[in-house]
Amino acid sequence: MSAPEPNALALERPAAVPAAPPVALAGQRWHGARNLTIGAVVLAALAAPLLVQNFVVFQLTLVMVYGLAILGLNLLTGFNGQFSLGHSAFYGIGAYTAAILMNQDVGYFWTLPCAGAVCFVVGFLFGFPALRLQGIYLALATFALATAMPQILKFQPLEPLTGGVQGIALLKPDPPPGVPLNPDQWLYYFTLAVLLLMLAGAASLVRSRTGRAIMAIRDDPIAAAAMGINTALYKTLTFGVSALYTGIAGALGAIVIQFVGPDSFPFLLSVSFLVGLVVGGVGSIPGSLVGGVFVLFIPNLAERVSTGLSGAIYGVILLVVIFVMPAGAAGFARLIAARLPFARKSVAIAATGRE
Amino acid sequence: MEQLLQQVLAGLATGAIYATMALAVVMIYQAIDHLNFAQGEMAMFSTFLAWQMMQWGVPYWGAFAAAVALSFVGGVAIERVLFRPIHNAPILSQLVAFIALFSIFNSSAGEIWDFTIKTFPTPFGTKPFLGSSLISTHQAGMIGVTLAMLGLLYLFFRGSRLGLAMRAAAANPQSARLVGIRVGWMIALGWGMSAAIGAVAGMLIAPVVFLEPNMMLGVLLYGFAGAVLGGLSSPGGAVLGGFAVGVIENLAGTFIPYVGREMKLTLALVVIVAVLMVRPAGLFGRVVVSRV
Amino acid sequence: MKEITRRSILAAAPAALALAAVPARAAKNYGPGVTDTEIKIGNTGPYSGPASSYGTIAKSEAAFFRMLNDQGGVNGRKINFISYDDAYSPPKTVEQVRKLVEQDNVLLVMSPLGTPTNSAIWRYMNQKKVPQLFVATGATKWNDPKGHPWTMGWQPNYQSEGHAYAAYILQNKPGGKVAVLYQNDDFGKDYLKGVTDGLGDKAKMIVLAAPYETTDPTVDSQIISMKAAGADVFVNTGIPKFAAQAIRKAAEIDWKPLHILSSVGNSVGAALKPAGLENAKGIVSDFYLKDPTDPQWKTDPGYLQWVAFMDKYYPAGDKTDVGNVTGPSFCQTLVQVLKQCGDDLTRENVMKEAANLHRFRVPMLLPGIEINTSPTDFAPIKQIQMARFDGQRWQLFGPLINGQAPA
Repeated sequence: MSAPEPNALALERPAAVPAAPPVALAGQRWHGARNLTIGAVVLAALAAPLLVQNFVVFQLTLVMVYGLAILGLNLLTGFNGQFSLGHSAFYGIGAYTAAILMNQDVGYFWTLPCAGAVCFVVGFLFGFPALRLQGIYLALATFALATAMPQILKFQPLEPLTGGVQGIALLKPDPPPGVPLNPDQWLYYFTLAVLLLMLAGAASLVRSRTGRAIMAIRDDPIAAAAMGINTALYKTLTFGVSALYTGIAGALGAIVIQFVGPDSFPFLLSVSFLVGLVVGGVGSIPGSLVGGVFVLFIPNLAERVSTGLSGAIYGVILLVVIFVMPAGAAGFARLIAARLPFARKSVAIAATGRE
Repeated sequence: MEQLLQQVLAGLATGAIYATMALAVVMIYQAIDHLNFAQGEMAMFSTFLAWQMMQWGVPYWGAFAAAVALSFVGGVAIERVLFRPIHNAPILSQLVAFIALFSIFNSSAGEIWDFTIKTFPTPFGTKPFLGSSLISTHQAGMIGVTLAMLGLLYLFFRGSRLGLAMRAAAANPQSARLVGIRVGWMIALGWGMSAAIGAVAGMLIAPVVFLEPNMMLGVLLYGFAGAVLGGLSSPGGAVLGGFAVGVIENLAGTFIPYVGREMKLTLALVVIVAVLMVRPAGLFGRVVVSRV
Repeated sequence: MKEITRRSILAAAPAALALAAVPARAAKNYGPGVTDTEIKIGNTGPYSGPASSYGTIAKSEAAFFRMLNDQGGVNGRKINFISYDDAYSPPKTVEQVRKLVEQDNVLLVMSPLGTPTNSAIWRYMNQKKVPQLFVATGATKWNDPKGHPWTMGWQPNYQSEGHAYAAYILQNKPGGKVAVLYQNDDFGKDYLKGVTDGLGDKAKMIVLAAPYETTDPTVDSQIISMKAAGADVFVNTGIPKFAAQAIRKAAEIDWKPLHILSSVGNSVGAALKPAGLENAKGIVSDFYLKDPTDPQWKTDPGYLQWVAFMDKYYPAGDKTDVGNVTGPSFCQTLVQVLKQCGDDLTRENVMKEAANLHRFRVPMLLPGIEINTSPTDFAPIKQIQMARFDGQRWQLFGPLINGQAPA
């Protein structure tokens, strides 16, 4: 093997992006461009449900739900460097919280904060054993959580609450009176509003003092501790916040799908989130949404190529994506943007939503 | 009391399955420093290759040897073609590549060989072993082969130049390169060896669990758990870990009242995680000291 | 491939219309997905994911419709069978079924597979008033004409099979100690419930009910526990892989209970042979379909017809897999419904005719078993028959038993 050559694709981590202060002019221009892009995306998102059929509106809603779930995982893995194969469990807890509450005639709106709170607590508590474990060991512990979840949901004594193996069916919420939308469109806008709120929350969290502490722990836990950061507190808190995000996504998913069952939240769902995270870009907030698109649409694409071999086609697509964009869509965007003349370094910052 | 003994024996017999897989897991960990999630599916595919050759009339040992050889070549090829180009990519991206590989092998095997279970012959026979109906001669043979493989690996890694070179390449690629070790090829060799060990594991496991595309799904999970429990840096520990998982699982399922049977897997995992809390590098693993 | 079919349909359409003896029904009345030449039918199945072994059911259905279209279709209309992968994931089923209904505009959805997956679309189908016909699951809840008039089951339900086993136990081993092996999901728990309910006030006879997960490598531990618990009756409701492991393990540890095997795992080729035919001797089970691997059907016309179909239209299919018998049988039942509909192919009329099947026979159904439905009876197959394995083949015995427990 030859000596390690500088490989443009080999951003080992978004963290490796040089934190040099952007040239003032370029930075301003870039910020303008970024705001323009965000504005255009939001506008397109607002217009979309009025232009496509209901079924596609439903699919787009699911994309946002999965994107939000992946964002939760991203906060943990991308920004704090903790690995999780257990996020299907948080998603499931969120979904069941919403379903059980809706069964008690709680309004669907109120189930979201409840699901978020429950998941925050569970995630926060799970963060404590996770403190002692790293890498593969943490993977195994979170994997245990993911496999345990369907078993707990099926567990006989909990059946009055969970519906056991039969699950819980839900009614689709109607739009508030006077709103001229059909239920699919209404749910879409509802989800979009929640998503934008959560995105804004994540972006400001990441930019805050807390966010910098969280990332410092990822980049070098020992140095972070030496600088006086309470690593245990921040790590467990991040676990809680991450679970909160994914839990709220789960609640939204339950409302949109109108059904929860133990088989809706298998370990494979965690794998899907992980795939979405990597494809979108580890440590990139907008990348999470790209991950949501991938998770929902690529299996459909694979199936179109060959029904019998859909799994194999999916695998091949995945390999191609990793080959073309080893650092995910966000990394790819950084690479493209870095070639643009005006915004060499600040681009990377914008693409990861961090400064 | 008698049931305790029986469940322990049965746990050891099942544990032998996990132990063989755990050995293959540790092998790849030694070579590439992380886990290969497609390993179980690769072993399953190798086993199907052997089965197919036997269907075509190749005798058992011929098919066995051919499958091991093919797996070795296949493992090296996968490293060279698929993983060498992305070896600089982030670890999570490589993990996703493993997931892709998993999906490809699983789906292809289902399409080629269907999902109905197939019997796979055993070279050891299925008679009760030493008069105990709880362990068959096949299971005893499996334990024997696993221990033999463990011994060979020990000798290989401790005694042979190649083995030492592989360890050096995995432990410190930079320095290894400086002393003239071709690190890239060492990694490929590790892939080949782990695929070959996986093939042996698959062919030992298939007679017990029946051959079908999903046969390694659970086995790999338990194999991982065993390897992690024992310590990923210790082949001997991984084998012991595999046996331990088999026993823990059976005892949890049988003797923890009320929740045990329905949540056997969960409880076994909880036990393992609890052990890891006390010994974060596994029972027999080396603790890596980190420095700033 | 698709293109060719469509073109040839178009070319052949006028001729077919002229030749086909149009049934003496009222004027043509078409629902969504129906034209003079085509009927669109939707389906979901697990082509990928953890239950992909059942994907072959949908594949055999597609093969069956290819054959049917080669033979001229139903009343001159070809079937356009659109089948999507749901990976056995309820959210994906909802997505795919909405695609079928809202984008592909199918007339109906046939035999979607799985209890959780069908549960997820249950309400949607009934709200949208789209027939969800002959679902591929044996839960009891599908027979609910009042609450869910757009959903219909097909096979005998698991609970009533459990009832039949209980009745057999009470008759043949009234003082026995019963052990039950079941899969830890809806289908396994339905069997357990059936046996428990069937034993009634004697339910204490069950000394051990041991679940397994589909990810378990073996069920050895469960079988050892059963023997240790002193059980002398074994109700084995595993899928073929685990059923076979259980049969083999029981023989290995020399445990010889009265062994009752559920219809899920009783295939001679897919379960008993792998377990060892000699180990399976004396096992009791129940049937409603002919086991294609049982030598007793070797010369049966229905079986020969099925083999001819498999050879020509689904040569890659596995002839030991019962799923490949189930798929075409679903299709044959649906074709009968469509035939009865004539030119009145609205969704309402499809449901009306689906609830109007009388003494209908599918070739691979066991002799004597008939499909009957009515507006108050949405359980097409109601009968099962017990059988004992003699080491070579299943020997049917006793009368046909009611296979639909009251829901």
